[in-house]
Amino acid sequence: MIGLPFVYAVAGSVFAAWSLLTLFDGAQPRRFTSAAFWGLLALSFLAGDHLDDLGNGVLVLGLVGLGGFGLVARANPATTSDAERAASAARHGNRLLLPALIVPAVALVGTLAAPSLDFIEAKQVTLVCLAAGAVIAVVVTSLWLRPPPLAPLQEGRRLVSQIGWAIILPQMLASLGAVFALAGVGQIVGGVVGGLIPDGARFIAVLVFTLGMAGFTMVMGNAFAAFPVMMAAVGLPVLVVALGGNPAIVAAIGMLAGFCGTLMTPMAANFNIVPAALLELDDRSGVIKAQVATALPLLAINTLLIWGLAFR
Amino acid sequence: MWPLLGLAVLIIGFALRLNPLPVIVAAALASGIGAGLSPLGVVAALGKAFNSSRYVSVPWVILPIIGLLERAGLRERARTIIANMAGATTGRLLLAYLLFRQLTSAVGLTAIAGHAQTVRPLLAPMAEAAAERADPAITDAGRQKVRAMAAATDNVGMFFGEDIFLAVASILLIKGFLESQGIIVAPLELSVWAIPTAIAAFLIHGARLLAMDRRK
Repeated sequence: MIGLPFVYAVAGSVFAAWSLLTLFDGAQPRRFTSAAFWGLLALSFLAGDHLDDLGNGVLVLGLVGLGGFGLVARANPATTSDAERAASAARHGNRLLLPALIVPAVALVGTLAAPSLDFIEAKQVTLVCLAAGAVIAVVVTSLWLRPPPLAPLQEGRRLVSQIGWAIILPQMLASLGAVFALAGVGQIVGGVVGGLIPDGARFIAVLVFTLGMAGFTMVMGNAFAAFPVMMAAVGLPVLVVALGGNPAIVAAIGMLAGFCGTLMTPMAANFNIVPAALLELDDRSGVIKAQVATALPLLAINTLLIWGLAFR
Repeated sequence: MWPLLGLAVLIIGFALRLNPLPVIVAAALASGIGAGLSPLGVVAALGKAFNSSRYVSVPWVILPIIGLLERAGLRERARTIIANMAGATTGRLLLAYLLFRQLTSAVGLTAIAGHAQTVRPLLAPMAEAAAERADPAITDAGRQKVRAMAAATDNVGMFFGEDIFLAVASILLIKGFLESQGIIVAPLELSVWAIPTAIAAFLIHGARLLAMDRRK
């Protein structure tokens, strides 16, 4: 069965290669600490399951110590010049787009064929296809374009170093969510929010629910974390049980109200902060600022939809 | 109320624009210790959760192929394509992408596009090329706004398309939660109620995209 071990081996090897290339790059600023950062990530992927919880915790502290205090720097490996890129683009034309389609094509075929491919672990089809597609695309493109052998890894290192420490932010926030759950943060917030609603006030109850979903999603960075809390505090006891709302509508549109919060928070790092680094924006909040004017009207519409549809 | 200390640490840290990584560790320690855990217990809980959420960081294996193609001029090619399409404005281009992203996500194909796969190598250079044609004097700040909107369009398209698909994680979470409370719903009953919001998202964000073409 091909599953997470395969995926983690591929990812771990790529990060290990980035670490070694960084270590042997004489022009790399903050060479040793940068190499250590990518090396710890490789260790996590390759050996995380062999460390105990405290060992993994110490690994996390190591990553935070390197990434949180400016010790991870950008790499600038040798690459093609702007003129060479323009010439190559003119020579290869639209065929250059084809290798970029290999990963989506493998994902598409894998997803469709998954039920009959019993050697792939069914729950991990997306990740397995992603890792396999990335390897296939690099091999095919290297055979076609004949770049220097290390070029795929070096170019990948240039991109990953532009993202830098922010690369572990999504995983760190997911981990923080787990600690918050352990500490019972959700129940306390739910209790406070639930106490805000006057008896029988339907519109106010809906509003508290959708604002609570969006607001708590902004704090947690993830609508999935906010959903059980707000449903248990307001959605079920007030909207469904006391006011007779349709549970499917309340839950489905409530989740989407949470997604409006996702658009407005730095805590949703993989959607909002990492792309700002990837697109070389000076303003870390640039993507969020572009989204607020879509998210707020949509939150209002979700509130009206629940109010208008759930109580018919 | 002590576990809420972590939320306060988090909000203050973000407000002061400190590096988020140490802020997250501090917030975890504050909430964990507030709830009666030992500091080492909090570190172990963080490590356990970090290890079991490694799948979040797997998509970066796509960077070597993207970098390899950029090296061969992929972004330059993407710009040329837009330069040769007379009717392609920034707003119309992003609107077409929004529709593509919503429709493919609605049938479960969220993994075929994304910030590393499509936005950086293709969508952002195309949108920038179209913006340059409309306004040759565009500033660097103006270009950055266009790139930010390209990323925003990818997010909006995926978020408000994926819930129409029956087997997406959020639908399964909702179904599981309601079941645990004794309410049985079919996934289709849930996903059908994602459609009105999906249409509203297309109209609102689409109108903003087209408005980009009018404003110079």
